[in-house]
Amino acid sequence: MTVRKNQSALTRTEKRRFVDALLELKRSGRYDEFVTTHNGFIMSDTDQGERVGHRSPSFLPWHRRFLIDFERQLQEVDPEVALPYWDWTVDRTPSASLWADDFLGGSGRPGDGKVMSGRFAEASGAWEINIRVDQRPYLRRALGTGARQLPTRAEVDAVLAMPVYDASPWNSASTSFRNHLEGWRGANLHNRVHVWVGGQMTTGVSPNDPVFWLHHAFVDKLWADWQARHPDSGYLPTTRTRNVVSLHDTMRPWNDVTPADMLDHTPYYTFDA
Amino acid sequence: MSAGTFAGLAVAATAAVNATAAKAAPSERQGSQGSGLEAFDEVYQGRRIQGAPTRGAGSHGGHGGGHGSGHGGGHGGQAHDFGYAVHLDGDELHIMRNADGTWISVVNHYETFATPRQLARAAVTELHGADLVPLVLTSA
Ligand SMILES: [Cu+2]
Ligand SMILES: [Cu+2]
Repeated sequence: MTVRKNQSALTRTEKRRFVDALLELKRSGRYDEFVTTHNGFIMSDTDQGERVGHRSPSFLPWHRRFLIDFERQLQEVDPEVALPYWDWTVDRTPSASLWADDFLGGSGRPGDGKVMSGRFAEASGAWEINIRVDQRPYLRRALGTGARQLPTRAEVDAVLAMPVYDASPWNSASTSFRNHLEGWRGANLHNRVHVWVGGQMTTGVSPNDPVFWLHHAFVDKLWADWQARHPDSGYLPTTRTRNVVSLHDTMRPWNDVTPADMLDHTPYYTFDA
Repeated sequence: MSAGTFAGLAVAATAAVNATAAKAAPSERQGSQGSGLEAFDEVYQGRRIQGAPTRGAGSHGGHGGGHGSGHGGGHGGQAHDFGYAVHLDGDELHIMRNADGTWISVVNHYETFATPRQLARAAVTELHGADLVPLVLTSA
């Protein structure tokens, strides 16, 4: 059974095996397929048109399925690996162990933002950025320089208190739990973390930075936490709604999975807390 | 593999966009009215940035039918027309307009900007001298 743990609780061995599996997916080319898929969706998900992965109700189930697929790929490399989550309300500085050289490596250098330390640094030769929006082939970060502080626990709790999953117009203008968690409204939770990390994380090819998975694993956990707090609230919309995925519609690119199929994460994994 | 093999995919777009303006409710339409939609042409931090309304202004890029299923995997980025285009040293910067009228670009995808000019300047800063991967048009 897969247990997703807080990244700060991982042992040295667990960190090494997770990084080893990432590097193997990168080497085989499978990693970049996930980057390509994500970018394709984020570029085509628009407020006025069809939208599946972002700025729409299915933001949460889409990313849940995307992470499950990725975790399965990791486990084909090493069955003992699970996606860790990054609770950015707690580990909120560039000196957190998340950014140590034995895990994801540190921030980028001033200027071009190139990550210089750890196993994802260009010098390691194992993490070339192939799917990209500009010509730079190396991982970049600018931890904490592009956004105000990471969201606080109080900001997260305020969003978790919102009782309605999503609402018309079902996009980045909605007043709803989903949109406040995604971060187009209110405290900008999920979006702000992308900006705080900087570099590729601010772009459509954000999965190029392995912290993408730990960030989204936490966003996914917050969805589960919200469900536990609001047992009488469910995914919306439940009926066919133009341009968005309703409860029983299938989601691209899989076309065989609906938001309803993703409401319960426990057949796939559990959390350590 | 060569880095360029996949590079174009990063901003792959399709020419076969069903820009069905008639389907858009008036409130959803990307009109040429509103703030920040005048043309601009300037050099910012040594890079030339240009913005101008497109002829398609008034239509939006939502690809109409085919809701939900019916699209295969590997769905690339769509060349949505939000009524405005931004170029950086001649390369098109992929931009998108939010429902509230703010803008994002492929370089700053999680942070909104009030005007295309602010968006273009932010892209220049973020690129730090690097060139954009050219927009590649592929058929759907
Ligand atoms: Cu995403
Ligand atoms: Cu994200």
